[in-house]
Amino acid sequence: MALLSVSDISVSIGRLTPLDRIAFSIDPGEIVGVVGESGSGKSLTAMAVMGLLPLIGGKISGGSVHFAEFELTTLTEARYRALRGRRVALISQNPMTSLDPVRRVGEQIDQVSMMHLGLGKVEARARSVEMMQQLRIPEAKIVHGNYPHQLSGGMKQRIVIAMALVANPELIIADEPTTALDVTIQAQIIQIMTEMARARNVALMLITHDMGVVAQACDRVVVLYAGRVAEMNTVDAIFADPKHPYTKSLIGCIPVEGLPPGGLKGIAGNVPGVLNYPKGCRFHPRCTRAIARCGDEVPLLRASGAGTVACHLAEVSA
Amino acid sequence: MDKDSALMRLLRTPRGAISAVVLGVIVIAAVLAPVIAPYGYAIQNLRLANMEPSAAHWLGTDEFGRDLLSRIIHGARTSLAVGVTSITISMVCGMALGAAAGYFGGAFDRAVTVVVDLSWSFPEILLALILIAILGPGLASTMIAISVAYLAQFTRLTRAQVMALKSETYIEATIAMGAGSGHVLFRHLLPNAITPVIVAGMLATGDAIILEATLGFFGLGAQPPTPSWGAMMSSGTAQIFIAPWIIIFPGLAIAITVIAINLFGDALIDALDIRKRLREN
Repeated sequence: MALLSVSDISVSIGRLTPLDRIAFSIDPGEIVGVVGESGSGKSLTAMAVMGLLPLIGGKISGGSVHFAEFELTTLTEARYRALRGRRVALISQNPMTSLDPVRRVGEQIDQVSMMHLGLGKVEARARSVEMMQQLRIPEAKIVHGNYPHQLSGGMKQRIVIAMALVANPELIIADEPTTALDVTIQAQIIQIMTEMARARNVALMLITHDMGVVAQACDRVVVLYAGRVAEMNTVDAIFADPKHPYTKSLIGCIPVEGLPPGGLKGIAGNVPGVLNYPKGCRFHPRCTRAIARCGDEVPLLRASGAGTVACHLAEVSA
Repeated sequence: MDKDSALMRLLRTPRGAISAVVLGVIVIAAVLAPVIAPYGYAIQNLRLANMEPSAAHWLGTDEFGRDLLSRIIHGARTSLAVGVTSITISMVCGMALGAAAGYFGGAFDRAVTVVVDLSWSFPEILLALILIAILGPGLASTMIAISVAYLAQFTRLTRAQVMALKSETYIEATIAMGAGSGHVLFRHLLPNAITPVIVAGMLATGDAIILEATLGFFGLGAQPPTPSWGAMMSSGTAQIFIAPWIIIFPGLAIAITVIAINLFGDALIDALDIRKRLREN
């Protein structure tokens, strides 16, 4: 049975509906990539699952989210709080700003196990240090007493990962965990995260805009575009045979060896803002293969091979 | 930020060093007043009334023949006690109110903001006078009046800080880790919001001492024979032509103390890089 199953959730902020009937699921221990450009609704999906939408004035306006034995959309705040950090943890976008600048990083890890596992100060500290060592933080005992400004970006991100892992959650949502880091550190952090997730059988929802990261780390992929699911499939299948033109374009954005200068292709145009989503398929204005039907009719998610895709073309060819 | 290094930075500047030394002397004088004052503050000697400064009475005597230096040293106790106590009360209450308003928002925030803006539109002295009119003159009511008069300032400042910090990623991250409101507020928001509030409190202490002296001057503060710099100046006005030192020296004491506090507060702002931080934000 799926650990997390998101069924047709829509998210509204005021009168806007930036997420439209998103659906996907994550099995225990599975690593699922959620990809899409900026503005496609990846972070909102994460916030919706974490129940953090009220912080930005949003709410889930339809659909349901099941996590383990809970229905999250109707969960009281008090019970949600007991879940957050304990059974589902969030690693947010920017490690530079996700640690409190006036408190020692170690204490910030300790806090989580004190809050959720009822550990005392000394035990919490020992647990944190052990966690830090597992994440290959050198001289963990010393780093435990450092302030965030004394650490490098990669080190801070490891601290944040330690905070996420320390209470042994079943699901970790990592929201672009490497975007703010140097390219050289990115691969390392992704590797550590996936290693830890595999070793502890923690499910990981890895939000990224980088198909390269997906190829390196994930079992399955959910491709989001402008607040809707475009395509879902296993990593192998999606790279071998992308059905949605948007997925194809994203894969085309991965730099490969032997590429001639200027050979790297972007995707023409921008993701439309939530105020001016086009009618029909939201990708059709940028799609090179759009047909008349794409501008009128919203393509529905349909099974296609092992995965699902929301594209009129895929339907025609199938 | 490393606290020791901020203190060292503060003391390395001439402004910081001088003001710290002056403040240190005043505080020691206030604490040790009964020991170092050459005479008791209430010992009258009418034969020695209105004496000019001399070897026996360094700063002269007042209209009752009381030693002015001793009275000024004891007066430092009143001034500092009132200034520090009332601002501390004001800061603690203001931070609690401001933090709660900024964090929880909603109707509570609107109510607090209305009251704060309303009281902000009165000068502190007017607010204090109104309160003393209600409570009656005396040391305790002076402290209460001054605390209330400055409450708006700290509430506003803390509220603004908390509102700004609330949207920081690390606050969101803390909530995402399952922390409740109390934890977020006391462990993360207040420690980050406190520095500017402390500096504002430091500077407000100077103002509070002036306010206490003003109330004392009107006879609304500490009641005789308790020495208060403002009340001393007030009694000096009658003798201003025959014994000007009675009004000059308490006035100087007020001026020196307040200038030292303001300079120290200023140096503290620089040492803590608050201006730089405000610019960056």
